[in-house]
Amino acid sequence: MFALTLNHFLLLGALLFSIGLFGALSRRNAVAILMSIELMFNGVNVTLVGLSRYVASANPLLGQIFAIFIITVAAAEAAVGLAIIIAIYRDRKTIEVPDFDLMKW
Amino acid sequence: MIEYAWLIPVFPFAAFVLISFVFRPWKQFSGYVAVAGILASFLLAVPVFQQVLGGAHFEKALTWLPLAALPGGGGEAPALQVGFLVDPLTAIMLIVVTAVSFVVILYSQGYMHGDPGYSRYFAFISLFCVSMLGLVLANNLLVLYMFWEGVGLCSYLLIGFWYQKPSAAAAAKKAFIVTRLGDFGFLIGILLLFSRAGTLDFTKIEGMIAHGQFDAGFMSLVGILIFCGAVGKSAQFPLHVWLPDAMEGPTPVSALIHAATMVAAGVYLVARTFPIFEAGPTALTVVMVIGTITVILAASMALVSNDIKRVMAFSTVSQLGYMMLALGVGAQGAAMFHLFNHAFFKALLFLTAGSVIHALHQLDEIEPGRSQDLRYMGGLFKHMKITAITMLIAALSLSGFPLITSGFWSKDEILAAAFAKGEYLVWAIGLFTAFLTAFYMFRAWFLAFWGEPRWDAGRVGDGESGRIGASELRTQNSEPARSPVHTPQRSHGHGIHVHESPWVMTIPLMALAVPSILSGFWGSPLAGSGGFVGFLEGSEAEPLNLTVMGLSIVAALGGIYLAWLMYGAKTLSPQKISAAFGPMYNILYHKYWFDELYNGVIVQYGVLGTAALMKLFDTIVIDGAVNGVGKVTRSAGAVLRQVQTGRLQNYGWAMYAGAVVIALAAIAGQFGR
Repeated sequence: MFALTLNHFLLLGALLFSIGLFGALSRRNAVAILMSIELMFNGVNVTLVGLSRYVASANPLLGQIFAIFIITVAAAEAAVGLAIIIAIYRDRKTIEVPDFDLMKW
Repeated sequence: MIEYAWLIPVFPFAAFVLISFVFRPWKQFSGYVAVAGILASFLLAVPVFQQVLGGAHFEKALTWLPLAALPGGGGEAPALQVGFLVDPLTAIMLIVVTAVSFVVILYSQGYMHGDPGYSRYFAFISLFCVSMLGLVLANNLLVLYMFWEGVGLCSYLLIGFWYQKPSAAAAAKKAFIVTRLGDFGFLIGILLLFSRAGTLDFTKIEGMIAHGQFDAGFMSLVGILIFCGAVGKSAQFPLHVWLPDAMEGPTPVSALIHAATMVAAGVYLVARTFPIFEAGPTALTVVMVIGTITVILAASMALVSNDIKRVMAFSTVSQLGYMMLALGVGAQGAAMFHLFNHAFFKALLFLTAGSVIHALHQLDEIEPGRSQDLRYMGGLFKHMKITAITMLIAALSLSGFPLITSGFWSKDEILAAAFAKGEYLVWAIGLFTAFLTAFYMFRAWFLAFWGEPRWDAGRVGDGESGRIGASELRTQNSEPARSPVHTPQRSHGHGIHVHESPWVMTIPLMALAVPSILSGFWGSPLAGSGGFVGFLEGSEAEPLNLTVMGLSIVAALGGIYLAWLMYGAKTLSPQKISAAFGPMYNILYHKYWFDELYNGVIVQYGVLGTAALMKLFDTIVIDGAVNGVGKVTRSAGAVLRQVQTGRLQNYGWAMYAGAVVIALAAIAGQFGR
């Protein structure tokens, strides 16, 4: 019988986070980077929820509440991020990140 | 009373503060405040002196700064102290300084009348008194040194009082820098002594020396270094050059510097630290040699000077040489006795000279400095009798006129001490200088007060700068006979009215004439063991040596007689004599080219050469370091700014790498536990 343990949650979280990180660092499209960052958020969320389920603590719901907060903030962040990307697109007609090197020396 | 002796410098200090911050706009009042301050000091100094005469002795010190123990010093941890000490030496100096300063400040009310810097003058002169009084009251070398530098500062301020005059500004600088040169040695001496003794208290050091804690070599070294300070302040041989130039200040300041404050400080310092010199025989010999050189050198330069104040300045240097010479042969009492007497008659000489200059100040309109020139004086006797007679008294005293003058007793005591010590060469030089002293003093007196008036004559001595002594006589003989109408200056000279000075100036003169005669009897052999030396050292004075005394009398009278022959009766021609001694005269007239030597060699090569080296150091090393830092920063920036690619993901990678490093470190920390 297959039993679900804390390790499975942590592995899933780490996998999601790593895929997200890879995407965020390697994709050129700004929207794709934004999506990758969402993936990293969710990796963290999975970890938090798993830990809250398996590790005994005085407040068993703490990790889950934390995860809900992250989801809320991530939604706001996504809205702001998309707004910035749209603004950049209007200005530059591109959302390729390597083209935005205005802060270069 | 004696425990309140520390208040003595406080009164003039209060005067200084009040004049500087309150009474400055009310000129006349500033002068009164200064007089009141120094008078209060004098009135307090008198009962203190009486108590010390009665055998009182007082010392009080407070710890100012406790220090860590010296490495290997042992004993109690050293501490810097402030305190005051009243013993016979201090008491004598207190009386001299307050009395002479009081008279000088009173006299200044008349002399400085109408000067735009009237208030400033009295503020500075009060501060000068504070410094000197603090110096003589100090119970340790550190406090003494602080006031010592205060004296130097005040002399700078007062010599350069008329700072608009370039010569006065230069003289002030010269006085400050030259004395500072000596002070450098003095400071090193203090530090050296402190490093070995752990204290700077005079009493404690004297005790340590009595216990034989220091070897003679160390004491000699410390003594010579301390003597460096005295050489600077008391204008002794290599550093004597500042004193004649210090004449640029107002004449009462010269009187104060020469009599009571500045130059006396050096002699006082050696007298105060005398146990150190006694323990270091080499230092004592150095003092004696320097003193002897100074005596003859300065007196010879006074022979040919035409500036009445410079004659006196050289005479001061020479008399200070006598004091140093006396200290050098171990006659501390005789030295202080001469300082005591000299203070009164030299102050009197300067104040009378000031009176003459004051009377002739209209001559300055023809040519600046002419009012001090002996060649333009003459025949003043009938116009200013009080000045003439008081100056005659002072001149007699300085010349050592036998028996009735104070200068005779103290100078004779110095010569007797040198003779008794077996230093016959020193004695002979001293004796010869006594002859020169009498001669130059009476040359000045006869030129100023005797003969035909020359102050309404035209220009004299034109051209031949090296032969001014010669033209001096030509003036006397031919100039008055010449028709005055031809000289354009005549119209200026016509209206010169010479008159006696106002009473604020003549009363101080008369007041000083009294001690110029009488102060000597306290130390004369007539006073016996109750006399000056006995009071100061608790020992007997040198016994009377009639041979020495007789020769001194001959020297003094001979000098006066020669001056009479040359400048009074004019039976001997100064022109011929100066011609006979031609090269010698030239050397003396140019003051042995000391100024030229110092300017040409030390200033030109030493100071300016060092300055050039310093400039090189500055441009290469200092500027190089600063510019180098700039260059390194720029080039580092040029390399490092490449890191800022402006690419978002590069920054992301950096953050990731940083997080990995932190994580690894945390893990390593876990395992390392």
